Amino acid sequence: MDTNEFNYLNPQIMYFDNGATTFKPQSMIEATADYYANFSTNIHRGDYDLSLKAELAYENTRELVAHLIKAKNKQEIIFTSGTTEGINMIVEGFFKQILKERDEIVLTLTEHASNILPWYRLSDELGLTIKFIPLNESNEVTLEALKHTITNKTKVVSLAHITNTIGDIRDIKAISEYLHEQGIYLLVDAAQSIAHTKIDVIDMDIDFLIFSGHKMYGPTGTGVVYGKMPYLKKMQPLILGGGMNDEFDESGDYTLKPVPYCFEAGTPNIAGVIGLGKSVEMLLKIGLLKIEGYERDLREYAIEKLKMLPHIVIYNEHNAGHTILFNIKDVFAQDTAIYLNQFGICVRAGSHCAKMMPKVLGIKNTCRITFGIYNTKSQIDFLVKALAQGADDVYGDVI
Amino acid sequence: MNSDLRREIILEHNQHPKHFGLVGNDFEKIKANNTSCIDQFDLEIKIVGDKLIDLHFAGEGCAISKSTTSIMCDLVIGKSIDEAKKIINNYLAMISERPYDKELLDEAIVFSEVYKQPNRITCATLTWSALSEYLETK
Repeated sequence: MDTNEFNYLNPQIMYFDNGATTFKPQSMIEATADYYANFSTNIHRGDYDLSLKAELAYENTRELVAHLIKAKNKQEIIFTSGTTEGINMIVEGFFKQILKERDEIVLTLTEHASNILPWYRLSDELGLTIKFIPLNESNEVTLEALKHTITNKTKVVSLAHITNTIGDIRDIKAISEYLHEQGIYLLVDAAQSIAHTKIDVIDMDIDFLIFSGHKMYGPTGTGVVYGKMPYLKKMQPLILGGGMNDEFDESGDYTLKPVPYCFEAGTPNIAGVIGLGKSVEMLLKIGLLKIEGYERDLREYAIEKLKMLPHIVIYNEHNAGHTILFNIKDVFAQDTAIYLNQFGICVRAGSHCAKMMPKVLGIKNTCRITFGIYNTKSQIDFLVKALAQGADDVYGDVI
Repeated sequence: MNSDLRREIILEHNQHPKHFGLVGNDFEKIKANNTSCIDQFDLEIKIVGDKLIDLHFAGEGCAISKSTTSIMCDLVIGKSIDEAKKIINNYLAMISERPYDKELLDEAIVFSEVYKQPNRITCATLTWSALSEYLETK
C-alpha cells in the first residue's frame, strides 16, 4: 500500500491478525510521544497555553473522525475506550431508558461477545426477548431473513457491519432503510469495518455506530461512539464526575454539560485521542475505497494460492471482506498457529470471541487471517510456503 | 530421551488418546478450560474409598494438552489419592523447572522440555492443575 508510515516494521514479522489489533503508523506514535514529551496537560484547563494546545489537538480528532464517517456534526462523536465500552454505553444509557417488557431485540449468531452480552443482561433485567436472524448457506444475513425475523414488537437491530469471523459485509444501507420504515433502531458495530471499507453514517442512515481506535491503526484504549444527536440527547451518562458536569450544589442539584462532553467523564485518554487523529488522517489520505480494493486483492490472491494446497480447508471462501478462516486438515487450529509462529507468521486461532460461531460453521476452532494495509503478496507467498511444508509435519519443531 | 522418541510418544497420544470419551452416570465431572487459549476439556473421575478407580476425558485441545492428558490418565488410574497428588506435584514441578522425581512420571517425562516454550506451559498443565484442584477437595 502506498504509505511510508510502516517502514519501521520488522520485515521478519508477517502480521496477519489485524482483526485483533493493528500495528501503528509512525505519525501516530510520534504524535502520542510528542504529547507526553511536550504538552502533557489536561484538557478543559484553558488558562495556560499548553492545556489549550492539548484541548485543540483532542478536539481536532473529533472533527477528523466526524469527517471520516461523514457525520454532520462533530458533537455526535463521543470518545470511549473501545467498541466494548461503546456498545455497553448505548445499551445501558439509551436502550435501557426506552425499552419495555416483551420488546424484541434482533441480533445474529455471528456477533462478537460485545454485541451479545450487554443485550443478554438488559434482556434479563427488563424481560425483553432476543431473536437471531437466520443466516443463509454462506452464513450471511439477507434482507429477506431480516424481514422474517422482525415483528411489531422489534425495537432494535444490533449487528456488525463486517463480522470478525467469516468477515461477511452486511448491506447496512438496505437494512437501515427497511428498519426505519418500521420505526426500528439500528446499531452498527463497525469494529471490523472502520479501517477496511467506506462508512457514511448519513447515506447509510445509521442510528448508532461504534468502533475501536486500535483496530484502525490507532492507540489501544481509544474508541468512538457516533449517535444521531436527538438520540444522544436522550442518552444517560453511565459515569458521573469531573469534566462532564456544568454545576452542582449542596442541595443535591446538578446539571450536565452538553453532548458529547457529558459522556466523557474524568480525564480522558488524551494521548490516545490525539494519536487517533493521526491514524484517521492516514486513512483519509490513502482512502478507504483504495484500501478496500487492495485488501480484496490480497484476499483473492491468498485464497487462490491456499486452494492449491489440498490439506488446507477454507471456511469462508465465498464471503467478501478481508478475512480468511482456515485449518490444516486434522490439525488443531492452535497447533497450526504455533507452527506458523516459528516463521514469524502471526495468525489467530480460536473461536474469535464469537462463541456461537461453532453452531454456524460446524467447527469450533479455526485459524484466522485478517489483512491490513501493510500486508503484501510476498508475505502471502511466504505463508503459503510455510503451510505447504506443514503438510508433511506441522508438529516438526514445535514438539 | 532423544527428541525423536519424545515426539513419537506425544504424537501417538495426540492421534490416539487413551481414556478418551465421556461415560457419564456415576462419574464426577471436572472442567478444565484454558481462559487464555482455546483448549477445553472435561474430565470424568471415579473415586472409591481413597482410590482413584477411573479417569477419562473429552474435549478439544492442542497436541500438547491432549497428549499430556492421555498420559496423565494412564499414570493416576489405580493410584490412591495421595499417590496421585504426589505424581501430579512432581509433574508440575518438572514443568516449572523445580526438582522432581523422574521415576514417578514414567512417560510424562516427554514434557520435560516444555519449559523452553513458555506459550505452551498452560497447555501442558491445564488438565493436571484441574485434577490437582479437585483432589485437594478430597
